[in-house]
Amino acid sequence: MYSKDGEQYYVVDSHIALWDARPENQRNIHGKQFIDCFYDYHRNLSPESELWGYEEYLYQGGERLMRDVFVDDIVDHAIFQPARLAEFYHRGFGQTEEALALAQAHPDKLTYNHYWDPRDGENGLDALRANAERMHLKGAKLYTADWHGESRGWKLTDPMAYRYFEACRELGIKNIHIHKGPTIRPLDRDAFDVADVDHAATDFTDLNFIVEHCGLPRLEDFCWIATQEPNVYAGLAVAMPFIHTRPRYFAQIMGELLYWLGEDRILFSSDYALWTPKWLVERFVDFQIPEDLTEYAPITTAQKKKVLGLNAAKLYDLPVPAHLQLPDADETATGPRQPAAADLTSV
Amino acid sequence: MTAVLPDLTVTEAEVRAALGTVVDPELDEPITDVGFVRSVSVEGSAVEGCAVEVHLRLPTSFCAPNFAWLMVSDAHDAVSAVPGVRSVVVELDDHHDSDLINRGMAAGLGYRGTFGHEAEESLDELRATFQRKAHTAAMERAITALLRTDPAVDVAALTLGDLPAGEHTTDALLRRRATLGLPVDDSAPVLVHDDGTRPDPRQAELVLRRARSVRISVDGNAHFCRGLLTTRYPGSEADQAPRPEDRPLLPLTVSEGTAR
Repeated sequence: MYSKDGEQYYVVDSHIALWDARPENQRNIHGKQFIDCFYDYHRNLSPESELWGYEEYLYQGGERLMRDVFVDDIVDHAIFQPARLAEFYHRGFGQTEEALALAQAHPDKLTYNHYWDPRDGENGLDALRANAERMHLKGAKLYTADWHGESRGWKLTDPMAYRYFEACRELGIKNIHIHKGPTIRPLDRDAFDVADVDHAATDFTDLNFIVEHCGLPRLEDFCWIATQEPNVYAGLAVAMPFIHTRPRYFAQIMGELLYWLGEDRILFSSDYALWTPKWLVERFVDFQIPEDLTEYAPITTAQKKKVLGLNAAKLYDLPVPAHLQLPDADETATGPRQPAAADLTSV
Repeated sequence: MTAVLPDLTVTEAEVRAALGTVVDPELDEPITDVGFVRSVSVEGSAVEGCAVEVHLRLPTSFCAPNFAWLMVSDAHDAVSAVPGVRSVVVELDDHHDSDLINRGMAAGLGYRGTFGHEAEESLDELRATFQRKAHTAAMERAITALLRTDPAVDVAALTLGDLPAGEHTTDALLRRRATLGLPVDDSAPVLVHDDGTRPDPRQAELVLRRARSVRISVDGNAHFCRGLLTTRYPGSEADQAPRPEDRPLLPLTVSEGTAR
């Protein structure tokens, strides 16, 4: 729980990882390239005081994770969203058993989501069923840019992926977190295309599709899809730290999301260990859209409470104290949410 | 018989000027402005022709390889067209597909020959998609610039003749319209769909809002990519030119002070 100026915020970090990118786990040069890319993100977007050394960035372990994520009791709950990256790392990037054990030791604080990949075929479906039971899965993390043998990417609309969605529906895995990396196949088209989310969300209206880093670098395509699909959500992984280096850009991202999706479908996350949640929560609570960006309405305290935790708590049935709960906004299910806030109402 | 040979000594400046015509499709900026040109070397003489070697670099190892290929092959074409150039090597450094792309370029395998089963037809549609986005963003910048000075302007009725002549935002819009083959005369509507048709006036606000999200996306990506490049390659900020004045509408505060 975070408190500031008499307001209390129930906080859910909806995207954390327990990764191992140490050299002994790197299978090839891509394992190094991948973590180096993350580290550059970290260095480029972090305040000086939050900067980590390269060595400590490679691996944190469970104890440090608990300290980093739950320091000062700000974060109430956090959700693992592991990436497999089996082609880059011997034991994978996300450390399944270590994270799962941690979640089982702290069920009030941690939820473990697991990944699946349609290219694992029938065996993968069996594994998904077994994992759902063993891990008590409520959500899944999908990385469409993961490499897999000859394949360097897949789409949510691949026929086999639909078999997995059907299994998720049957197994009660209702929250599908999608990380759209640069999907290489088909190479002819935009690697960050989010159009497949549109189709999957239309065909599986009883599943929630949370698009991580709100579709960046295709914010515009994401917003256009999400405004039409009530079961598509924006995850703020990677978008959050812009609040420090590029606050006006962050304001515009938030303004666009609130305009196209509304306040009930945006989820805070630190993307730990890319960044840590404490400073991001503190900055977000203090944040306001600059006055000269007249095309956006100011962000309200209630909206911040929803983004920081209440929206994610609803998706994961987390027990939010009654006095901290808020009703859904009285907004349209599809289409722009705040037309009156636009500066172009005279058009 | 004697012939007077024209002076065909190639200078590095000429090569860089040629590279300045190569655009990052996603960021809608020349690769020379964003610092993607790592090095240029020219060897040889006017008599035998010059050999040029260019190295390109990108903000991350995992930048989309189709965009990387477009920039590398466009750079190869642009430098090859410089008079006096006999041979050209363009290499992409430090990318997960560097070996693949550099081998494919060296052997002249082309896009499909290089990427094999991952490539279907061509990258033409990808390029066209981002030319449309570049136009949409330029359209929004021009209209929003006008709205900032006159909030009462009738956006749906605007024609190109209503835009301030000689302004960077106007010129930039005209250039991008020309690329798409859209009309550039004074009577042409400013607010248009990708195919050049005018939206229903009742849809004008939505079309402009959507264009705004495109502009924010392009500008945001450009700032992020520029920043990441300087984190990855210390000193590369010296190779970056300021974002052009035709794109002044996203005044991003960038706080420095993170590790270099």
